[in-house]
Amino acid sequence: MNKVFNRIESIAGSVITVKATGVRYNELAQINTRFGKSLAQVNKIDGDTVSLQVFAGGQGVSTGDEVRFLGHDMRISFSDDLLGRIFNGSGEPIDNGPALHDNMTNIGGPSVNPTKRILANRMMRTNIPMIDMFNTLVVSQKLPIFSISGEPYNQLLARIAMQAEADVIVLGGMGLKYDDFLYFKDELSKGGALSKTVMFIHTASDPTVECMMIPDMALAVAEQFALQDKDVLVLLTDMTNFADSMKEVAITQEQVPSNRGYPGDLYSQLAARYEKAVDFANSGSVTVLAVTTMPGDDVTHPVPDNTGYITEGQYYLKGGRIEPFGSLSRLKQNVNGKTRKDHRALMDGMIRLYSAYKETVEKKNMGFAMSRWDEKLLKYGELFENKLMDLSVNLTLEQALDLGWQILAECFEKDETGIKTDLTDEFWPEQSGGQ
Amino acid sequence: MTENIGKVVSINGNLVSVEFEGNVSMNEICYVKVDNTALKSEVIRIRGKVAQIQVYEMTGGIKCGDEVQFTGDMLSAELGPGLLGQIYDGLQNPLPILAEQAGWFLERGNYADGLDANKKWEFTPTAKVGDTLRAGEYIGTVPEGPFTHKIFVPFYLNGSYTLKSIVEKGEYTVKETVAVIADERGKEIPVSLSFKWPVKRAVRCYSERLAPKETMETKVRLIDSFFPVAKGGTYCTPGPFGAGKTVLQHTTSKYADVDIVIIAACGERAGEVVETITEFPELTDPKTGHSLMERTIIICNTSSMPVASREASVYTAVTLAEYYRQMGLNVLLLADSTSRWAQALREMSGRLEEIPGEEAFPAYLESYIAAFYERAGYVRLPDGSTGSVTIGGTVSPAGGNFEEPVTQATLKVVGAFHGLSRERSDARKYPAIDPLISWSKYSSVIDTKKSDYCKKILHEGEEIDSMMKVIGEEGTTLADFITYLKEQMLDAVYLQQNSFDAVDANSGTDRQRYVTDKLIYILGSEYSLSNKEDARVFFNRMRQKFIDWNYTEFKTEAFNKVENELDAIYSEGGGTLTTSAELLLKDGE
Repeated sequence: MNKVFNRIESIAGSVITVKATGVRYNELAQINTRFGKSLAQVNKIDGDTVSLQVFAGGQGVSTGDEVRFLGHDMRISFSDDLLGRIFNGSGEPIDNGPALHDNMTNIGGPSVNPTKRILANRMMRTNIPMIDMFNTLVVSQKLPIFSISGEPYNQLLARIAMQAEADVIVLGGMGLKYDDFLYFKDELSKGGALSKTVMFIHTASDPTVECMMIPDMALAVAEQFALQDKDVLVLLTDMTNFADSMKEVAITQEQVPSNRGYPGDLYSQLAARYEKAVDFANSGSVTVLAVTTMPGDDVTHPVPDNTGYITEGQYYLKGGRIEPFGSLSRLKQNVNGKTRKDHRALMDGMIRLYSAYKETVEKKNMGFAMSRWDEKLLKYGELFENKLMDLSVNLTLEQALDLGWQILAECFEKDETGIKTDLTDEFWPEQSGGQ
Repeated sequence: MTENIGKVVSINGNLVSVEFEGNVSMNEICYVKVDNTALKSEVIRIRGKVAQIQVYEMTGGIKCGDEVQFTGDMLSAELGPGLLGQIYDGLQNPLPILAEQAGWFLERGNYADGLDANKKWEFTPTAKVGDTLRAGEYIGTVPEGPFTHKIFVPFYLNGSYTLKSIVEKGEYTVKETVAVIADERGKEIPVSLSFKWPVKRAVRCYSERLAPKETMETKVRLIDSFFPVAKGGTYCTPGPFGAGKTVLQHTTSKYADVDIVIIAACGERAGEVVETITEFPELTDPKTGHSLMERTIIICNTSSMPVASREASVYTAVTLAEYYRQMGLNVLLLADSTSRWAQALREMSGRLEEIPGEEAFPAYLESYIAAFYERAGYVRLPDGSTGSVTIGGTVSPAGGNFEEPVTQATLKVVGAFHGLSRERSDARKYPAIDPLISWSKYSSVIDTKKSDYCKKILHEGEEIDSMMKVIGEEGTTLADFITYLKEQMLDAVYLQQNSFDAVDANSGTDRQRYVTDKLIYILGSEYSLSNKEDARVFFNRMRQKFIDWNYTEFKTEAFNKVENELDAIYSEGGGTLTTSAELLLKDGE
């Protein structure tokens, strides 16, 4: 059944071509090189010339190496045995555990029928006030974390992985530094979340093609868990590396680049992954949080730009904090009306005051005189940043709301907050007066 | 179906090359047979004995030598009663039926009829035996929801025909023959309630095209008063992500003063379509009293669905719009987003290895965009009535930069431009249409002089605002400062609108006329305000009251009460009307 060919016609980057017949598009092949076996996937067929992208890269591939076609697409074993395990971009275990072969499932499957989706309406708690209180994460939402290199985005992801209300966590690492990989592993095992986590890890030193497989594998597994009534949270880091690998392969294959060298289908490719986020009626769900680093802190760079058009909002991580202004959870109004009745009003009020604080800081820096109101705002801004925005703050939504009132009461009179009177009457803390 | 069968010779993404014998036409539909399914595809280039086809599905598993069945037909939409209320994919497959057949996922090779073949419709004949008929004239009607659906002589028939026979009033399915017509040579052609029309061709069965004059109310003040859209006109809404393009289209689809709305969700988020599907059946159309869904058709080809059918989806949508226009109805087509459609063109162009134009878009991008928007129009139909197709397209420019090819090509052909700005959306101003860059060639619901007067205040206020950023509030004169406050007030009470509030979101023409007069009265007055602090306080009060006014139902007791309170504040501020404003207000009467 398996056809073997041993005449490789050309090798360019990680793409090889062989003369072969009866090969199916997207089929997998195994290639035996002097460095061992590697998987390869068919990505173009022209008559009897078949192009394959070699997962392990083209280095060391010889024109005489043997190519064996396997007759199936990329697949991954799916069962509860996956939990607690770590795999690479070829789907092989890298945690010294046994390889899994049961219940093989195709990756990159078809999209969900839109009429079978339901409106996202459940909150996913993370105990991070800047998320829960100000930009609530909603089950089945897809949100990127826009960040620049050097920001603690992986720390943030690890904390969300440990604290989020999800049944299963799937972590997809693309181009991860090995240190970061170890960090995730240590943190999750320390936090006791490892047993509900599946990891697919591509480190920076691994071959490029494997990087491109990570999101598909992570999302295929997540989808299967969701169909078994599990709420799954998929954490991807870093999608810019994923896009860069696509760019690399596309250019090697001489595709016409569209914008800054990225292939013309960048939007469709990213969307195909992000749209896997879903809430199945009467079943489980997939929620996606994906780090997207912005080269040069430029949000108009093709990767964050296309991502912004696909996702339902974004978190901006800047200066070690989730920025309240650029960040937006488009689905928050689906849920924050039914958490606690002061949630929306307090969120709006505090943000409005924080934006007034920012203006005051600007005025202060320009040397204008500070009024008494300005002094109040300055005090407020500082408290807000230290007590709520700091990434190390760990509070339930209710605690965070209470703290919010506390901060307001420490800085302002009730009627200075711009919050409806019936709410201030009910929630204003007793003990501390205006000053 | 012809017996024309070809064989696959190469595969690159969703582009497949097929060697064929016999004849194949451009844009012909064919099916690639793989694993017991047949994948729908379209011929997009022919070179010698090789046809290149774009497959409307994922192409995994296809191999060289696989059979391809050519059909001889172009990509067509099925036109007939039963289109309203449907949720289709880009190829007119009803998604709820696909879900019944295949469950959660859109399995490839799974197709369904656009119209329910079993449903019976109450047909009333209107033409008589012996009548001379042309394509686009109708032979009878069936009721469809709140509308009278006309049954046409198929649009593709050329020349004139004689009606040979027609059935009695009764119930028929869309496929049953209800009449027989004969051409000049006596050849008989059966006519049923439905027929097919190739989606990439514009329907031209009208007597003449008229200039779009009548304003299409959207109930959005900023649009209707300042940057209006006409029935039969075209407009585009470019904006960076998160600026509220989709929310704006969503409100328009609810409140626009048209008979039928067709929503083409082209390459956007599935979640947004789910919102519409969930919400619309619950809402009532104020014009007909029926559910809003009964006047809506959704063509939904979201971003993760195959890219080739995304390209087809806008054509399917505009064809359905033209079909209902032929019945003398006003149809609004909302395409979100045309950039995704353009990107679909770019992807195929790249695979065809065409020489790329700007940003790798194909060189024919502009002519395709122009041809699409030109399918809008206000027309006189063969029976003397009029109908219209209005097209509104969102554009998602890369990086929010309007200098890119899709935005520029669109601006050349549309009649109104609603540019959304990041600054306004960040400041939580809805709608985030930037009044300083937007324009419209159509006529407003309010007097042009009045809208110009308001626009002038906006420009002046903006200038003072940017000056104030440099010299500070202290350095600004009281007069300038008051102009600035007026601009701020105009923006807050008239340009901005609360889309979540049922009253404020639905601001009709009468109300807009009434309210602008009041607004011009306030903005065109001078006040006895002694310093900037007083001015700020005064305009804050005025603004707050005006916003309260926006939330009261038009011409009710509450409305009058707030108006009186507003007048009271005006008097307290010692307002006196300037002559220019007085003249303007008189002029309008």
